[in-house]
Amino acid sequence: MHAILPMLLTGGTAALQAGTEAGSQSGAGAFVPFLPGLVVLLPLIGFVINGVLALLHARASAVAVRNGGELDLDGPGGRPLTHTLPTWVGPGVVGLAFLITLVNFVRMLGVHLEEPVVRTYWTWIDTGTFHVAAALQLDQLSMVMMLVVTGVSFLIHVFSVGYMGDDPAYPRYFAYLNLFVFFMLTLVMASSYALMFVGWEGVGLCSYLLIGFWFTDREKADAGKKAFVVNRIGDFGFLVAMFLLFSRFHTLDFVPVFHGAAAGLAYGGGLITAITLFFFLGATGKSAQIPLYIWLPDAMAGPTPVSALIHAATMVTAGVYMVARSSVLYALSPVGSATVAGVGALTAFFAATIALKQYDIKKVLAYSTVSQLGYMFVGVGVGAYAAGIFHLMTHAFFKGLLFLGAGAIIHSMHHALHHTHSHADAQDMRNMGGLRKYMPITWIVMWVATLAISGVWPFAGFFSKDEIIWQAGAFGGAAHAPYPRLYTFYWILALAAALLTAFYMTRLMVMTFHGPNRTGTEESRHLRETPAVMWIPLVTLAALSLFGGWINVPEKLHQSFLGLFGALPMGEWMHHWLEPVTAAAQQIQATHLGAVSESAPFGGGEVLWGVVSFLLAVAVIAFAWRMVGSRKYVPAEESPADTGFARVLNRKWYVDELYDTIVVRPLKSTSRFCWKVIDAGVIDGIVNGLGYLARGLGWFGSLFQTGTVNTYALILSLGVLVILGVVIF
Amino acid sequence: MVVASMILSALLFVVGTLGVLIRRNAIIMFLSIELQLNAVNLTFVALSRVWGIEGQIFVFFVMTVAAAEAAVGLAIIISIFRHYETVNVNNFNLLKW
Repeated sequence: MHAILPMLLTGGTAALQAGTEAGSQSGAGAFVPFLPGLVVLLPLIGFVINGVLALLHARASAVAVRNGGELDLDGPGGRPLTHTLPTWVGPGVVGLAFLITLVNFVRMLGVHLEEPVVRTYWTWIDTGTFHVAAALQLDQLSMVMMLVVTGVSFLIHVFSVGYMGDDPAYPRYFAYLNLFVFFMLTLVMASSYALMFVGWEGVGLCSYLLIGFWFTDREKADAGKKAFVVNRIGDFGFLVAMFLLFSRFHTLDFVPVFHGAAAGLAYGGGLITAITLFFFLGATGKSAQIPLYIWLPDAMAGPTPVSALIHAATMVTAGVYMVARSSVLYALSPVGSATVAGVGALTAFFAATIALKQYDIKKVLAYSTVSQLGYMFVGVGVGAYAAGIFHLMTHAFFKGLLFLGAGAIIHSMHHALHHTHSHADAQDMRNMGGLRKYMPITWIVMWVATLAISGVWPFAGFFSKDEIIWQAGAFGGAAHAPYPRLYTFYWILALAAALLTAFYMTRLMVMTFHGPNRTGTEESRHLRETPAVMWIPLVTLAALSLFGGWINVPEKLHQSFLGLFGALPMGEWMHHWLEPVTAAAQQIQATHLGAVSESAPFGGGEVLWGVVSFLLAVAVIAFAWRMVGSRKYVPAEESPADTGFARVLNRKWYVDELYDTIVVRPLKSTSRFCWKVIDAGVIDGIVNGLGYLARGLGWFGSLFQTGTVNTYALILSLGVLVILGVVIF
Repeated sequence: MVVASMILSALLFVVGTLGVLIRRNAIIMFLSIELQLNAVNLTFVALSRVWGIEGQIFVFFVMTVAAAEAAVGLAIIISIFRHYETVNVNNFNLLKW
């Protein structure tokens, strides 16, 4: 063991490695990846095993139903193998993948990797001038994403064992979840846009499957369909961007494209602007930004751990990852970057206003996710790629925690309501209240996450969100900033959204955990804290939400009292870590825009504004605490409908209705027109007309077929005469 | 001489053709077909004076085939008569469809 561990961590056994590698390293030693293919392959193996179990279970229950009974999972023989094996296989493969990723991470820590390591396995597409290899790319950015994806996934898989354990479709659930992790890892480890698109589509498929997991419920199946269709619109943008990129570079591999970008594309030119905007269209679909954010709130129809994993921590951040990955391209396009930041800032603010008035606990968190994703786009849009990825990571921790906490609450509420056969909504916060007595652990960890997302020092969100807001202001003050006023506007929007965040999160906490209980006297006796398999992941994520922000404290804050005068251990670690990936983009930006400002748009340094935003967050929390706490809530069924502006917010600014009027209905009537008039009328008309014509001609011809020999002889003679006439004259 | 033979055979052929087209009795139609064949034979023989002996050889072929045809044709007519007890072709319209 003593001999194996160092060897594992430094990669002494290069002979064991399969595949071919490209990429050069400088500095001490070379980075030797440790079984990177296995990281991707393990979840796929899990999918196959769980998938087979799911099929076996489906067959067994079909047999039981045919025999006039129902499959009893809690029968005398104990749970069948189809429901015990996934408990180990599902989280197991992801946990193993996480361990392998850790080994690779430690190895990469030891060397300074300037160029990504690309490991090629086989040729995937080889036609004409278009070549795509099935190759994985390992660099600092994909490493961060791999750690977040496998780590958070593992915790959520473990949580799912408790949450979904009694579901009849338990093996199918883990099959889908494993498949999702497989595609997500493909997405973040791909070495070309083409392979990235495979993961991009794959996670979309898994999202669809898991949103509609309880597909017998029409509403949930429709929500899955909505997510799928809206994502297709974004994918169209991604595809077009790939075509444009290929037309210029004749390859879709990251390394050659990014190396050739500065020379091959004019700064701010039409082509690069089109490429970045189309890629961003893809990102708005996958990462739920205006105008394509509408699917994410509906996606809450899926099981809650799915919301935590796919619709908060990992999949929806794919767009942010993609923009950060394409940092060179975005740095070359000021219009593209300004659009990214602008859409992000608008979404951050807009979604936060909707979250203020939602009553469904998951809907609040869903709009909160949309809002936080907006922050990440502000970060990558103002060239602070490390800050964007940093917020992605901390958000994965605290939003994963918030969703899992909500899952724990819903789980408990569901059981309580089930006992009395009540049909009250287990997700409506008006039916909760005072839960801290029943679920103390969940209560504490949820507060940790709330403080983190609200940006309270020293929780993770303070450092990540504050840096993004600061960078947005500082970018507008750059020497040759393209649209300085615009960036000041973004900065104000981001600040305002931060205050709204603190408000709606405190509202959620107060309505859920504080005040009197509104579940009902009989029901409340059945409210229970969740089992250990569920609260241990919660506590782990809470620790990460608390300490996770310390790895990237901005230098100025680090030296001030906010960084305990440099006592926090890691300084701008994330920033330095991602340096090799973002260096090219930073250089382009420095050349064209000059140095960023050292002060916010209206004066004040980074430390001052850090203190201001911290104090504002605390003030808003206190205000929300008093305001929401003093309000009397009654259970959902007895609550009057909201009126006035509150109603507008509760109905989400009527955006769904608006889209229904200006997009869905015209599209439906156009489709109907195409179907009824063009297809059934014109096209079928032509085809049927030809048929009728042939039939008519046949009928006319059949008139001559009398069956009488004389008629035939007459026609024959006439024919001969005609031919003779033609020949002679 | 040749012209007169041509006119005669043309007349014979027209008579034969009209017979086939107009008459309904299968035997008469059969006779008319023979008439047509022999009209053609007459042209062959007549034109062999101008173009050589080949025309006469053709006539022998035609007569041989006509004899075979007559045997088969009459056999068919007899079997039709046994079935329908008539040889009026208006009653035979099974060639339809």
